[in-house]
Amino acid sequence: MMTPRRLLQLAFVIVVLAYPIVTSGSPVWQRLGALVLLAAISASAWNIVGGYAGQVSVGHAVFFGIGAYAAVVAFVHLDLPPILGAPIGMLLSVAVAALVGVPTLRLSGHYFSMATIAVGELVRVLSSTSDWLGGAQGLGGPAMPRTVLDLSFVSAMPYYYIFLVVLVGVLGLTWWIERSRMGFYLRAIKDSERAARSLGVSAGRYKLHAYMLSAAFTSLAGSLYLCMFGFVDPESGFGILLSVKMVVMAALGGAGQLFGPLVGALILVPLEELSNSLLGGQGAGITFVVYGAIIVIIARFLPSGLLSLLERRPTVTKAEPPAAGSSASPASGHAD
Amino acid sequence: MTTTLLQVVVSGLLLGAVYALFSSGLSLIWGMMNVVNFAHGEFVMLGMYTAVVVWTALGGGPWASVPIAAILIATLGVLAYFLLVRHIMRGPMLAQILGTFGLALFLRYGALWVFGANFKTLPDDLVGHSFILGGIRFEGSRVLAGVVGLVVTVLLHLLLTRTSIGSRMLAVSEDATAAQLMGIRPQRMQALAWALAGAATGIAGALIATFFYTSPTVGETLAIVAFVTVALGGFGSVLGALVAGLLIGVVESLSAFLIGPVYKDVIVYAVFVLVLWFRPQGLMGTT
Repeated sequence: MMTPRRLLQLAFVIVVLAYPIVTSGSPVWQRLGALVLLAAISASAWNIVGGYAGQVSVGHAVFFGIGAYAAVVAFVHLDLPPILGAPIGMLLSVAVAALVGVPTLRLSGHYFSMATIAVGELVRVLSSTSDWLGGAQGLGGPAMPRTVLDLSFVSAMPYYYIFLVVLVGVLGLTWWIERSRMGFYLRAIKDSERAARSLGVSAGRYKLHAYMLSAAFTSLAGSLYLCMFGFVDPESGFGILLSVKMVVMAALGGAGQLFGPLVGALILVPLEELSNSLLGGQGAGITFVVYGAIIVIIARFLPSGLLSLLERRPTVTKAEPPAAGSSASPASGHAD
Repeated sequence: MTTTLLQVVVSGLLLGAVYALFSSGLSLIWGMMNVVNFAHGEFVMLGMYTAVVVWTALGGGPWASVPIAAILIATLGVLAYFLLVRHIMRGPMLAQILGTFGLALFLRYGALWVFGANFKTLPDDLVGHSFILGGIRFEGSRVLAGVVGLVVTVLLHLLLTRTSIGSRMLAVSEDATAAQLMGIRPQRMQALAWALAGAATGIAGALIATFFYTSPTVGETLAIVAFVTVALGGFGSVLGALVAGLLIGVVESLSAFLIGPVYKDVIVYAVFVLVLWFRPQGLMGTT
């Protein structure tokens, strides 16, 4: 006998699987579904380091862009199907994550956030000066699909299922991390790094692993983006707003929760598409004013995200330091 | 060649003094509350728009726009403190970073909405004409910005280190509870820090607008300059921000001159990464 909870889960799975078939009459809705899933992939990847390890990267577009450019370079310079660039992009992203993470993850979270912004801008500027990467104009993928491996389809339905498979993979991995020793350590580090360290958890190593994993999957999302859109330039690959979107989606749904980023994507992607189509070119600006307001409101009133509203557990309130502020001695900025 | 190089260094120093001024605002808040204001670049940007609006609407030069920008951005800082920062600084790190970051987005795209995406510039001769001294060309606007930047930064440093109000602020940053027991009101001191930081940032913005283009997204670049300066100078140290600001100004104009203007930002970001690798406590900071 199925419990109501099981029935609800089954219904959810059926809706997700049948969505593109139900909406096959309307390309716009089909495309929207694919876009939600794509956004959910990168936001879920961000969630591994930003949510579970509590290290707020505001420069994840670096990895997205590396993935997108790796795919397009595989086509333009090597004449391969774009998707074959994806593994290279993932490896390169892991290497970049190590390069950025090793020095900055030793420091307090603020340093990490600032460094990720700076690295993001650095890579964006460099990519726009590189002729090999098409400079500020960017590069385009195959104009006509040559084989099915090019993953170039007119309908959004194939993309929907490809993205769904990848998203399930990322969520499955996250679920596994959550239950593994690593997830346990990450929660300990997030609660109190000092306490975790004193119990022998090598905090730096686990944070770095989370960052590298997160980078790899963000990069994969970038490669998939290229397959669907067939084009990337410095702004659409490395722009800071891309990084912002990943953070906002995860934080709105609930950072550090398995389905948080998916919930965020389900709300924000349709919102963005709607405001873009209603307001045209002017829309992008207003969308981000709204995004900014949403972020401020989440941070101020709902720091654990929307999903935290559903939790039935009584919330344990932590003993708070006096209203005037946390330990603000200058040295506390460094986690030694 | 020597004169050209000297010219480059002098303009770097003048630019660096302004960098020092707006970075010291970020540094002050960071040192005092262990909160990074990710909307700092947008505060500078609004200071710049203040100068643009004061000029286009009232025909006023820096003598009018600098004090107006100081008051406006100081008010913005105090509002941000009472409505947002005061609450999020007790929360998790994610909320702290998101809070001011969201404010940054809101202000940046709000400015885009209100002022449009076009770059705005003030007339070249708004602050007197350029003059030549010892073979080096000085532009009136840059000299004014550099000198005022230097003076205000030094005044801010003296205020924090030599006055009783500065000691009270230091006491709150060291231990808010103990300071409270000594009859200091921590919230009042923290609000004051946001006011001072806002005023310094507003002044810097109004000055930069006299020689730099103003656009809604200009704060993004300037925020990174401020992060680099504060990381290099050691956070919490206004004196460190001064030295680091001058250094960054010179590095930036030297690399623009020697390698090419496109790469000046690249070099500055590279400096940032190197600092984080080798001396995360900064030049003047302590571990």
